Amino acid sequence: MLLREVEYSKPSSVKEALERLAENDGARALAGGQTLINVMKARAASPDVLVDLNGLDELRGIDLAADGTLSIGPMTTYTELIDSAEARARPILREVCSRIADVQVRNRGTIGGNLCSNDPTNHLPPLMAAVGARFTIAGQDGERTVPASDFFLGVYMTAVGQAELLTRIEIPAGKQDGFAAVTLGVEGTCIVNAAASMNGSLRVAIGCVDAVPIVVEAASPETVRDAVRAAGLRPPDDVHASSAYRAHLAEVLAERAARQAAEKR
Amino acid sequence: MDIAVTVNGTLYERDVEARKLLIHFLRDDLDLTGSHIGCDTGNCGACSVILDGTLVKSCMLLAVQADGSEIETVEGLADGDRLTALQEAFTEHHALQCGYCTPGMLMSATALLRANPSPSDEDIRKALQGNICRCTGYWNIFEAVKSVAR
Repeated sequence: MLLREVEYSKPSSVKEALERLAENDGARALAGGQTLINVMKARAASPDVLVDLNGLDELRGIDLAADGTLSIGPMTTYTELIDSAEARARPILREVCSRIADVQVRNRGTIGGNLCSNDPTNHLPPLMAAVGARFTIAGQDGERTVPASDFFLGVYMTAVGQAELLTRIEIPAGKQDGFAAVTLGVEGTCIVNAAASMNGSLRVAIGCVDAVPIVVEAASPETVRDAVRAAGLRPPDDVHASSAYRAHLAEVLAERAARQAAEKR
Repeated sequence: MDIAVTVNGTLYERDVEARKLLIHFLRDDLDLTGSHIGCDTGNCGACSVILDGTLVKSCMLLAVQADGSEIETVEGLADGDRLTALQEAFTEHHALQCGYCTPGMLMSATALLRANPSPSDEDIRKALQGNICRCTGYWNIFEAVKSVAR
């Protein structure tokens, strides 16, 4: 497929990337391209300028702090995260990333791209909501940090503005996590997914049922289904699942994810 | 934009439009038509190539992004008429019928065997997950890869 004409820019620093984005309303950051290039083929997005973030080492790498907090550069690929010794501090990250798409996509696709595209069927938005991730967003005026509850704003929309970049993802220490999904094919697109984290209280985030991950809290895995029912979900209908079936899956998968989390010590 | 890309050991310098996908650059500009375009949506894996040692789908990458890199395509596997053990195994095990997916399957399996010469059955299945074959039902491809695993 021939894409619409587009300019290409490969900045050598985050500062320069922010300048390129600020110069033109039609500029968009290009991360791994495993979503954006396809969206451009379909003309669902037609940026005037692609600002390629590949090559910005500032946006790569995973650091593990003494208190167990993980700091992940958004341009880290799924494969890099899966292979990272540091990322094993929070094992669910590796478990979930190794289920995303296929080898080729995992080699190129990035953690930040998955989060910033915020496709409601993506794996990482509910996972980040469940584990209580925090996001650092940079603009030309400086940096700010937002919690997951303020990061995901709508379908394909996050707190990262047009002239801003996600520069860091912070994940607190913890091990009692779970993730469950019903997918198209073994590791395909999610029909419904749920991530759970039991560090302190039990928090479950459900994906694919609304524009943003829906977070419910419960006292124990036994009461998760009631909590999901009480949330009054009205998921979308499509060719893969009716709204009612998605609502049913949301309860089942939330409980599965919660039980996984509770069983981990 | 001017780019310089080494493909199968040969350096190519070309002027390309930023919008050109890497697969089109390989096929149309360099006449390396071994890599196929199957779905053009990143699902089928027929366009898989190895970019700086990493397996990627060349329909989800711009040619300009490959500037300065080394690419291996299916044309680079055999040494003249001498096929690789993996290619021989594909023949031996009838791992292709129409052959459309074969370039991608070979590159995925090549990348797997380089990183992990002794893959488990599960490793082989996971490594080929991004490649679709509509003829063989995958079994013969799996058997071919398994036969050259150590």
